[in-house]
Amino acid sequence: MSENKDQFRPEDHENDHFLLTSVVGSYPKPKWLNRAKELYEDDEADFDEDNWKEAKDDAALVITNEHERAGLDTVVDGEMRRNEMVEFFAHRIDGYEFNGPVKVWGHNYFDKPSVVSEVEYDENWLVDEYEFTASATDRPVKVPITGPYTLASWAFNEAYEDDAELAYALADLVNEEIEKLVDAGARYIQIDEPALATTPDDHAIVGEALERIVADIPEEVRIGLHVCYGDYSRIYPEILEFPVDEFDLELANGDYEQLDVFKDPEFTADLALGVVDVHVAEVESVEQIEENIKKGLEVVPPEQLVVSPDCGLKLLPREVAYGKMENMVQAARNVEADLDAGNIDIERETPTPADD
Amino acid sequence: MTEYVSTTPGLYPLPDWAKDDLSHLKGHQKHDLISGDEGEEITAVYEEARDEVISVQQDAGLDRIVEGQLRWDDMLAHPLAVNDAVETRGIVRYYDNNNFYREPVVTDDLAATGDVASELEAAADLTDDDDLQAVLPGPYSLADLSTDEHYGDEADFLAAIADLLADEADAFPDVETLFLLEPSLVENAPDDGEDERASEAIDQVASAVDADVVVQPYWGALEEKVYAHLLDADIDAVGFDFVSNQDDNLYNIQEYGATDDIALGLADGQNTLVEDPEAIRDRVEWVEGQLPTAEFETVYLTTNTETFYLPYAKYVEKLEVLAEAADLAEVTAA
Repeated sequence: MSENKDQFRPEDHENDHFLLTSVVGSYPKPKWLNRAKELYEDDEADFDEDNWKEAKDDAALVITNEHERAGLDTVVDGEMRRNEMVEFFAHRIDGYEFNGPVKVWGHNYFDKPSVVSEVEYDENWLVDEYEFTASATDRPVKVPITGPYTLASWAFNEAYEDDAELAYALADLVNEEIEKLVDAGARYIQIDEPALATTPDDHAIVGEALERIVADIPEEVRIGLHVCYGDYSRIYPEILEFPVDEFDLELANGDYEQLDVFKDPEFTADLALGVVDVHVAEVESVEQIEENIKKGLEVVPPEQLVVSPDCGLKLLPREVAYGKMENMVQAARNVEADLDAGNIDIERETPTPADD
Repeated sequence: MTEYVSTTPGLYPLPDWAKDDLSHLKGHQKHDLISGDEGEEITAVYEEARDEVISVQQDAGLDRIVEGQLRWDDMLAHPLAVNDAVETRGIVRYYDNNNFYREPVVTDDLAATGDVASELEAAADLTDDDDLQAVLPGPYSLADLSTDEHYGDEADFLAAIADLLADEADAFPDVETLFLLEPSLVENAPDDGEDERASEAIDQVASAVDADVVVQPYWGALEEKVYAHLLDADIDAVGFDFVSNQDDNLYNIQEYGATDDIALGLADGQNTLVEDPEAIRDRVEWVEGQLPTAEFETVYLTTNTETFYLPYAKYVEKLEVLAEAADLAEVTAA
């Protein structure tokens, strides 16, 4: 288990137990932000770069504040400045170029970039937005970063021998960015690697990339890894070797069908358990979420449990996203109180040690 | 003397303007995708886009012209997605790609729709007599991409798919060449017995047209037995994906021989890096130099895969490279 979770415990936390509450990252954008974007892209509108920046700043403030009101222990700006998880970073890294949209399915497209030369660190990616968000809240700010394996896999590779070499080169850049974020005060970084779920055989590449990412990053900086919508049995227990503090996993969407995967061998890292489904536009009740949180206690003791939604919330209606956060926090506090009172008795199986 | 023929396996990306127009007219959800009964407005967009991709091929100087399969929202599963005996259900992953299609579930007796034939009729009006090329999924891949809730038995289902594709092909206008795309022969290789049935099913579809038939597997090389069985089918050429695997493909040809014609997938249909025509020509010579056989009658130069994975401008460049490489190979051989 990781020793760096307690730094996020609020001073006025009312229970002895502490289940850290957080979000994965993305959050529905306010409608007026989309309208502002249209104005910014409309050559005839009187809406310049400064106006657009101000709109994004405002949206980041609004969503950070919304996370505070929901009671989250760590907050994010809801990724208000990002359009898409690969494009955003590809625009900031030398070596990428864009050649136009490609099909994902039906008439859903994305601007899949091409890596045409050696990738190099240019302007900072996230330090400005971190500093902005951190200055607007007293709560710890979590920083989600698209991982190097996903940045490599979801691009055309014209320049590197194979995707692994590209992923390693990108990992060095992610490491550079995290060093800057840490200098700016960040203590909670989440690496998003959704591409791992689609090509699970590549877990060794992701592991090697993570080694590069965390090189020389101080222990007190909490590093999480988010992987969603895949067959976890194909990457577990191998991922336990990854040098991260926490795994953030999507399990509510599948009704915890895959929970048993993580019971044997013993889950030695912290588990950030998805306890609300982001593909259902109904707010789960506090009681339901409490039951989901208790599923996590079948895998890890309370000290290793973090509470989180399955994935980014951006596709939900905003009031639904808020409702889910508010109920999730309440459920976490209720479970903590029950744990304090000794009312929860969940047997964890004794798994075979991982090195057997 | 060997004839070098530049071509593609079809399934092109839509021009960017058509992506926009069709997103707008059709929508983004799974029930918005093509089911074979689209209205006038949508049809008009596809007609204009078809004109454009046929012109692109003609301007590039390709020796075979495909219709483009721009309506194939469900990629190789399209011929089933427009069939009345099929329900389209959830979105499922298209092989190992970040692409998805609607799972076609066969719930009744399959009968030909003429959907692909009518696309080819439209394309025939825009092309010269001797350069039109038809494209279909091979029967094994189409069966592999779909779910059977009607025939009940794997062999019966494959036979029904072969019947369907043969009937669809029988309705085609005159075409010079038919490409049967069979990625599943690599990606989900048939077992013992199944491999022989796959070959027979391909033979049946191939026999339905009076055209040269090329069977193109991709994303690797065929297992030896699968390749050996495939050579028993009455087809004119097997295609080889030399982009993703050189050694095993070469081994198959050296060990088991080849058809009189051959298709060489030498340009990468899934990478924006545009090859040099000279490099493609050199690879053709390299392959030919590795083989003990006398010369091929026809060598098709093609991308290894469909090209819808590419941004439109890069797709156009790939076609130009293939046409130029075939011209270079022709000159070198002469």
